[in-house]
Amino acid sequence: MDFFSEFFQAITNMSATSLAQHVVNGVSLGSLYALIAIGYTMVYGILLMINFAHGDIVMMACYFAFFGITVFHIPWYFTFIGVIIATALLGAVIERTAYRPLRDAPKNSVLISAIGASFLLENLANYLFSGRPLRFPDIPLLSSNIEVGDVQIQAICIVIPIMTFLSLWLLLHIVNHTKIGMAMRAVSKDYEIARVMGINIDRVISITFIIGSALAAIGAFMWGVRYPGITPMLGVMPGLKCFIAAVIGGIGNIKGAVIGGFILGLGEVFIVAFFPQLSGYRDAFAFIVLIIILFYKPTGLLGEKTTEKV
Amino acid sequence: MLKVENLVVAYGGIEALKGVSLEVPEGKIVTLIGANGAGKSTLLRSIMGLVKPKSGRIEYDGKELIGLNSQKIVQNGITLVPEGRRVFVNLTVLENLKIGAYMRQDTEGIERDIKRIYEMFPRLEERSWQMAGTLSGGEQQMLAVGRALMCRPRVLMMDEPSLGLAPLVIKDIFNIIQEINHQGMTVLLIEQNANMALKIADKAYVLETGKLTMEGTGQELLENPDIKAAYLGKKKK
Repeated sequence: MDFFSEFFQAITNMSATSLAQHVVNGVSLGSLYALIAIGYTMVYGILLMINFAHGDIVMMACYFAFFGITVFHIPWYFTFIGVIIATALLGAVIERTAYRPLRDAPKNSVLISAIGASFLLENLANYLFSGRPLRFPDIPLLSSNIEVGDVQIQAICIVIPIMTFLSLWLLLHIVNHTKIGMAMRAVSKDYEIARVMGINIDRVISITFIIGSALAAIGAFMWGVRYPGITPMLGVMPGLKCFIAAVIGGIGNIKGAVIGGFILGLGEVFIVAFFPQLSGYRDAFAFIVLIIILFYKPTGLLGEKTTEKV
Repeated sequence: MLKVENLVVAYGGIEALKGVSLEVPEGKIVTLIGANGAGKSTLLRSIMGLVKPKSGRIEYDGKELIGLNSQKIVQNGITLVPEGRRVFVNLTVLENLKIGAYMRQDTEGIERDIKRIYEMFPRLEERSWQMAGTLSGGEQQMLAVGRALMCRPRVLMMDEPSLGLAPLVIKDIFNIIQEINHQGMTVLLIEQNANMALKIADKAYVLETGKLTMEGTGQELLENPDIKAAYLGKKKK
């Protein structure tokens, strides 16, 4: 097996420093995927629909950050908070205008509406900001390199996992220990009975979109610092991969989305590191993993078996 | 207390209820019996605001309910124990009770009511932290009743509470219904188990393919030869 001997050679030739470097890169990419994947999984859990516009929400968040810092010269930390708020509102507006009017329509209609919302955002961005790539504002504190031992690490690569961990902790706290979280879990299981309990379904769904979009905004901001080119199509590939991450983990399951995100992030970085000649296939990796995992576990790693309701 | 007048409900072009009128007086147990597909659940769903009737009136304490959303209807004091129990299987027993009180703000009152329900169903207290999905059918039915009581309703509507339960458990459930009623609750009970339902009912209606065909006290219907033949499995003599 030529392939595997190359693989082992690659590992044995690799110094501890570069291995550490790859792990750090993989963890930070995985964290970003996880943050965005949560948005897909939460919306699916409650509405049983795939919010195709989610990746484009990420893209819009990057533009918001660009306008805040580069155009309006607002300090980056205030911009960061502003981006989260603006993106959360954008998510709520999309839900309100593209999905809520179709609440009682067949699922396919909502799916088509989601694709429409996605195209609308992409073309709107193209129209408003032009297709010319913009540079995400440089934040020296985050983008500079720091040295840990022999390893050179961009500061953002340490910030990303920490922010992801904090966001995730907060999210799980909201979902598991607050009244609105309880309502979300109830709505995701039985829509109609939740209504009979007096839960305002529309409000719960709005809040789900707000939370999902806020997480996407956090991810987008850090994504921009790490990969600074902004284009209207920026959200497409990450959106697709994060959707795959959510499916791999078992769509509807928050922890599953995080696990899926890390599998894809680490896998992608390692593939490029260990098999440089395969680096052209890095985007294909997500799809291959998806096919393999769905082949053995059709509901994803942590997905529940769906049983017919009696 | 609750009055339905000439209610017509249609799914697509098919009428599930073709002009139903009935009355649920305060403090009584009213039961509605009928075969599968007669439109019993549709009636409850219309009262709960889950289905929009084509015409007719649903009056509660002199107020029109049609057009109100479920939230408002729950706030007015009507609640439903749904067919097949439908407890939230991914929530704990305690959370299921708390979600029944979702509209209420009085934390202390909620705590007190949870205690009261645990006294009524000690088995639920033992399983307080278990996911509701791990309970047995009978326990889930108790939880569904407890959950409904948590919103402090004045009218409790129950859809087929005996469905899929063992005879002994069914007896328990019916005892509980009677006990709740003695404490002053108005009950609208839908059942296929006509025998049990008629025995505890103050007033009973028979629904057949969208129309009421008979009404009377529970006792009257129990002794009616047609009912005996059709619903109680006894031959006409």
